[in-house]
Amino acid sequence: MTSLKTAAVLLLGSIALSACATKAPKDLPPDPGAAVNTSTNTNGGTLQGPTPGTQADFVAQMMGQDTVYFDTDRYNIDSQDAAALAAQAAWLGKYPAKHATIEGHCDERGTRDYNLALGERRANAAKNYLVSLGVDAARVSTVSYGKERPVALGSDEASWAKNRRAVTVTVD
Amino acid sequence: MKFRLLPLLLLAASAPVLAQQTAAPTATPSAQPTEEGGLSGAVSDESDWQDLGIAIPAFATNEDVPTQASSGSTGATGFAVAQVITADLRNNGLFKPVGPDSLPRPSFEQVQAPEFATWSGRSAEMLVQGYVRASGDGNLTVGCYLYDVALKQQLTKAGWVVPPSDWRRAAHKCADVIYSRLSGESPFFDSRIAYIAETGPKDRRMKRLAIMDSDGANHRFVTTGQATALTPRFSPDYKSILYLSYLNGNPRIYIYDVERNTQRLLVQSTNPTFAPRWSPDGRWVLYSMAIGGNTDIYRIPSAGGTALKLTDSPGIDIGGSFSPDGSKIVFESDRSGSQQVYVMNADGSDQHRVSFFGGRSATPEWSPRGDQIAFTHIAGNFRIAVMSPGGGDMRYLTDSWQDEAPTWAPNGRIIQFFRTARGSGKASIWQVDLTGRNERRLPTPVDGSDPAWGPIRP
Repeated sequence: MTSLKTAAVLLLGSIALSACATKAPKDLPPDPGAAVNTSTNTNGGTLQGPTPGTQADFVAQMMGQDTVYFDTDRYNIDSQDAAALAAQAAWLGKYPAKHATIEGHCDERGTRDYNLALGERRANAAKNYLVSLGVDAARVSTVSYGKERPVALGSDEASWAKNRRAVTVTVD
Repeated sequence: MKFRLLPLLLLAASAPVLAQQTAAPTATPSAQPTEEGGLSGAVSDESDWQDLGIAIPAFATNEDVPTQASSGSTGATGFAVAQVITADLRNNGLFKPVGPDSLPRPSFEQVQAPEFATWSGRSAEMLVQGYVRASGDGNLTVGCYLYDVALKQQLTKAGWVVPPSDWRRAAHKCADVIYSRLSGESPFFDSRIAYIAETGPKDRRMKRLAIMDSDGANHRFVTTGQATALTPRFSPDYKSILYLSYLNGNPRIYIYDVERNTQRLLVQSTNPTFAPRWSPDGRWVLYSMAIGGNTDIYRIPSAGGTALKLTDSPGIDIGGSFSPDGSKIVFESDRSGSQQVYVMNADGSDQHRVSFFGGRSATPEWSPRGDQIAFTHIAGNFRIAVMSPGGGDMRYLTDSWQDEAPTWAPNGRIIQFFRTARGSGKASIWQVDLTGRNERRLPTPVDGSDPAWGPIRP
């Protein structure tokens, strides 16, 4: 983990090229939008990272591990998801005042109602894993967006794989 | 605004009493066989929808006077009424009507005494005539007559007194009378649709609740789009709409009062609630709620009260649609490992799977006639299909990349759904009849999804 954090500082701005071992696609999806604030804290120094304990810091530290990905119609946490959630839990352990919302998402190849329920199930699977690592359940909320907020806009397997996800967003 | 559409019980002295539906369920003008064998029998899944020539000239008026109708004077309204009737009958694939644009307008006196020779010379098999008259109180009186040209015979007639703002309803009522008389089916044109209007890019769609008449007219955006709106359902009395809103960030079901423009939460809970549905009598609401990631189906009185949990499986149980008599509910569950269609009693007992078609089966909707269940079949592409309530006789009605969420016309003969375009993600509302042959896109001001067809208006 220490090496990852160091890398985060050194490689600011090349987060998407992270080589960390998750099953996330090589080209990480673009910023999912308003819910996630990834603008780095511009406090002068070009090599300065975001202010520790902020959402921007969380995103930078996670290097893509703020998101876990799922197979079609599945919601199980595999070993790569577990590693990502462990990194999230470690960060949350460092900043015990922070809360987190886990957003559950699906690809477009599902019916609307079912995807809302499936996104909720994915978000809860991620939440339950964080709780199993010692994060207080009261600090973690969930919300499902079903297929309403894709990050990859294509209608192909690669895009759908990026959209079947649970994204952890930290809040004060 | 109180609804006012009075069936006309007594037209003026020159007009006959309101037509009543003839007892005969079929619409066979006995001496009028066409090449295809005439209008025999009811329109059913197996029979061809007939291409019947119907002439619909502009409705006459006794006096062309200004009105408050959007269509203009009584004379202009008579023309517009005939246009609406023509569009209704043409767009649903059953008939080949010729409208007022290319036909001579009969005189007021001719409405009840058609010049049959003229119309048979134009190869019209059926003739629709009518009139629009201004009442002293500001309302409009609309008369509607259907004639068999070859028989020189009146088949049916009806009339309505409407406020000027409801002139289109009179036209839809007339189209319904003609459709019912000729097809033997129940009416459906005088009905409304709630749906979700979509704008913006694929990853940031703005989704607004919207409502419109069955032909797309009288369109209104109900919500502003600040909170994403999904999956609306008109109440059977059209006074309120159940829908899902992300108001305050979390997806929950609200009941929107269409007349007062107010809304309230259906269920006071911090848990997300999805997939609202009315019972046919409007007294109950089905909804799905996720607790700790597990979604089950509940039933609650629409006026408020205690919810009853109907399903209790570790899988996702969601959606639900009552049978017309309210005794059973068809719903969707992945308890077997993938989305499939199940039926249970209205109290949750006797849950059993009915879809065994391979692939996945989702979004079941019970026909208002009770004889079929429409659903989305997923096997590669998403297609609209129907089956019997027992799970037999599965038939596809559409064949596209992604068609989903069927909703029935009030008469159970036409299905609306929405179609998503591969790539762009743009959604549009379509309808198809039970033959699967008459498919068309509904006109909406912007993209549309999640249609919900209400019942015939009272």
